[in-house]
Amino acid sequence: MTARAIDANRQAEVVAALVRALPAARVLHREEDTRPYECDGLTAYRELPMVVALPESEAEVQAVLRTCSALEVPVVARGAGTGLSGGALPSSRGVLLSLAKMKRILALDPIARVARVQPGVRNLAISEAAAPYDLYYAPDPSSQIACSIGGNVAENSGGVHCLKYGLTVHNVMRVRGVTMSGEAVELGSEALDAPGFDLLAAVVGSEGMLVVVTEATVRLVPKPELARCILASFGDVEKAGDAVAQVIAAGIIPAGLEMMDQPATRAVEEFVHAGYDLDAAAILLAEADGTPEEVAEDIARMRAVLEKAGATGIRVSRDEAERLTFWAGRKAAFPAVGRISPDYICMDGTIPRKRLAEMLRAIARLEQKYGLRCPNVFHAGDGNLHPLILFDANDPDQLRRTERFVEEVLELSVAFGGTITGEHGVGIEKINQMCLQFSPEELERFRGVKRAFDPAGLLNPEKNVPSLHRCAEYGRMHVRGGKLPHPELPLF
Amino acid sequence: MSDALTTLAEAIRAARAAGTPLRVRGGGTKDFYGQGLAGEVLDTRDYAGIVAYEPTELVVTVRCGTRLADLEAALARADQMLAFEPPHFGAAATIGGAVAAGLSGPRRATAGALRDFVLGVRILDGRGQDLTFGGQVMKNVAGYDVSRLMAGSLGTLGVILEASLKVLPIPTAEATLRLELPEERAIDTMNRWAGRPLPISATAWHAGDLAVRLSGAEAAVRAARERIGGEALAPADAVAFWRGIREQTDPFFRTDAPLWRLSVPSATPALGIPGDQLIEWGGGLRWLAADADARMLRVRAGQAGGHATLFRGGDKSAGVFQPLGSPVARIHRNLKAEFDPNGVLNRGRMYPDW
Repeated sequence: MTARAIDANRQAEVVAALVRALPAARVLHREEDTRPYECDGLTAYRELPMVVALPESEAEVQAVLRTCSALEVPVVARGAGTGLSGGALPSSRGVLLSLAKMKRILALDPIARVARVQPGVRNLAISEAAAPYDLYYAPDPSSQIACSIGGNVAENSGGVHCLKYGLTVHNVMRVRGVTMSGEAVELGSEALDAPGFDLLAAVVGSEGMLVVVTEATVRLVPKPELARCILASFGDVEKAGDAVAQVIAAGIIPAGLEMMDQPATRAVEEFVHAGYDLDAAAILLAEADGTPEEVAEDIARMRAVLEKAGATGIRVSRDEAERLTFWAGRKAAFPAVGRISPDYICMDGTIPRKRLAEMLRAIARLEQKYGLRCPNVFHAGDGNLHPLILFDANDPDQLRRTERFVEEVLELSVAFGGTITGEHGVGIEKINQMCLQFSPEELERFRGVKRAFDPAGLLNPEKNVPSLHRCAEYGRMHVRGGKLPHPELPLF
Repeated sequence: MSDALTTLAEAIRAARAAGTPLRVRGGGTKDFYGQGLAGEVLDTRDYAGIVAYEPTELVVTVRCGTRLADLEAALARADQMLAFEPPHFGAAATIGGAVAAGLSGPRRATAGALRDFVLGVRILDGRGQDLTFGGQVMKNVAGYDVSRLMAGSLGTLGVILEASLKVLPIPTAEATLRLELPEERAIDTMNRWAGRPLPISATAWHAGDLAVRLSGAEAAVRAARERIGGEALAPADAVAFWRGIREQTDPFFRTDAPLWRLSVPSATPALGIPGDQLIEWGGGLRWLAADADARMLRVRAGQAGGHATLFRGGDKSAGVFQPLGSPVARIHRNLKAEFDPNGVLNRGRMYPDW
């Protein structure tokens, strides 16, 4: 993406207005100060923000947004900048609003099991603060040591335990936020519901386009007394996929159910030595947690199901150290792949579990078609795929092939009855593929939801919901009801 | 498009053209709920049936007119359930009505609310447009979460044609215990239990008696029974008791007094409002049968961080739902205007002015 130039006159005007809302030291505009904000975790897209504002309180957020509204300056909110879809990509014509200075835990009530936190509080910091009470905050995205709760709300972040414990939307009870016009709103409640529409659900996962989060109340849940993990090997990937379905069919909801194919296990084994079976075509990690009695029962049942489903090897973690070793490989999958390839792109489609084997065959065929390698890791329990296409961005032809590869996989995800993004968000990265998943009328309704909160359209514009024009330019058709754009072609 | 669907879409378009409101209705079991009923009935019951159900996917997609009882029976055949235990309030209850009302039953505090299990919806909006949001998968962050916005919207944003819901296995073991505890201690005890890894799936306190339901793995239920103590109910009595709470057929609910629903943070101390009270959801839901002043109840619930709803009976002129603050009320009106610009659907069902 080519960055747009910053208009120096406009910049001076916006800075002059913002220093009336914030101390000048927290209004950044020199390039050396604003450069660190040019991208989030999706580093392929960069743009230097015109101005960066660093409020320390809700009142300051309000003042910044009122100022920007009056000047009609677009605003992009940013938490820790770990997002993977470019949701916090700034604009050279706008203000980047960093919530990083609002990082206090305001209250933690172990009896009511809630924590009230500012948006910049790190995900893991909440669980650390709750640990003395044997409580924790359940959603655990892999970036949890760095990512902030405001960003988690914006993206509806998940993690490896969300089949059992839910996503951000299930674990955040209340959000205070500020609309683009500068009004404070309170959505949801510390009670179990709130009057009126479920605006909290609309805001969670809205990619910072409806309100700027200034405070959140999250639910804390009891820490399981024990967790144990099964590491199972399979001779072919389809059998592993079927085993996942069999576990669910047996009435078990594992705390985590992850799958990696052989290229992925080989990449991580070199890196972290998790002890994976490198001859297996695929491995499954199946975790049980709860009371010792529950864990014993679930592990025994899962083991029986996996054996029956054709597992060629089964190991059960004997202690916490071994359990963490099992997980270390899975959690290191992305950096491990980063070591074996100059660049990689991580996809995030979710499909019904029953289509897993079909999708894997399709990906194998696309590897051949585009001459690119693609190891696979999945949140198998909930059908969320993370195929990792390996490429070299310095080679324009590889980049072009990678983009086509991504498009085909996302198109298939929609055709299989799934979605283009399970947890990483649309942001700027997958904005074109929104045209595949939704009809023009549905996209227009999303724009309507946006207007209901932000009539001027200044909060994180140009993300998540594509314009009509963009879809026309993209030129690919909306896919619906299991129908591909070319139904006459065989689906390998 | 099926005939039933075409009929619904045409009725909406005709009503929009004529400027006459429609009252969306399934089995009519929740007619009592909400601010007011206006317009000609738009019956959803002909658009019925399970569209897709594969137990191993933990997802069911169902048409709005399907009877809740039929859906639950189909799930039970695969040892699965709607974990949020939606109240039926009558045999005719439909799943469309359940999603629109957004009500959850005894398991809510631990399993989650109806909205937590909604994965996708297909709707007809106030223009008669057929729109689909969300999907049939557990994780989906493409676009705004319009599906959950539909849950509890009382049909004011669209006719919910189909809903895809997450389902869960029926727990293998269950036990209900009864303990004698005064109100304050019951509230405190329920909150402390909820902070421990105990397989509690429901609680209900009334007149000094606290009932606790445990659900889960056999061994876990057995161990929890030891820890909690109290007296165990016979299995059949336990099922009947929780049905009475869920369906409001328990003697507590057979009252001529207005029934108020106070939703408050679970650790809120005893409210001390005169009248008969039943507490659910680990302290988070306080049913109050009393001729109480609406304004006083709303202030009290609001001070505690919650809200009060006039659930059944009483004088609705005071407003059934807690009034909304001004920016939030404006967002509601804006959303209504986007989904139903001519105010055709369930006008005045949630708040009197729209």
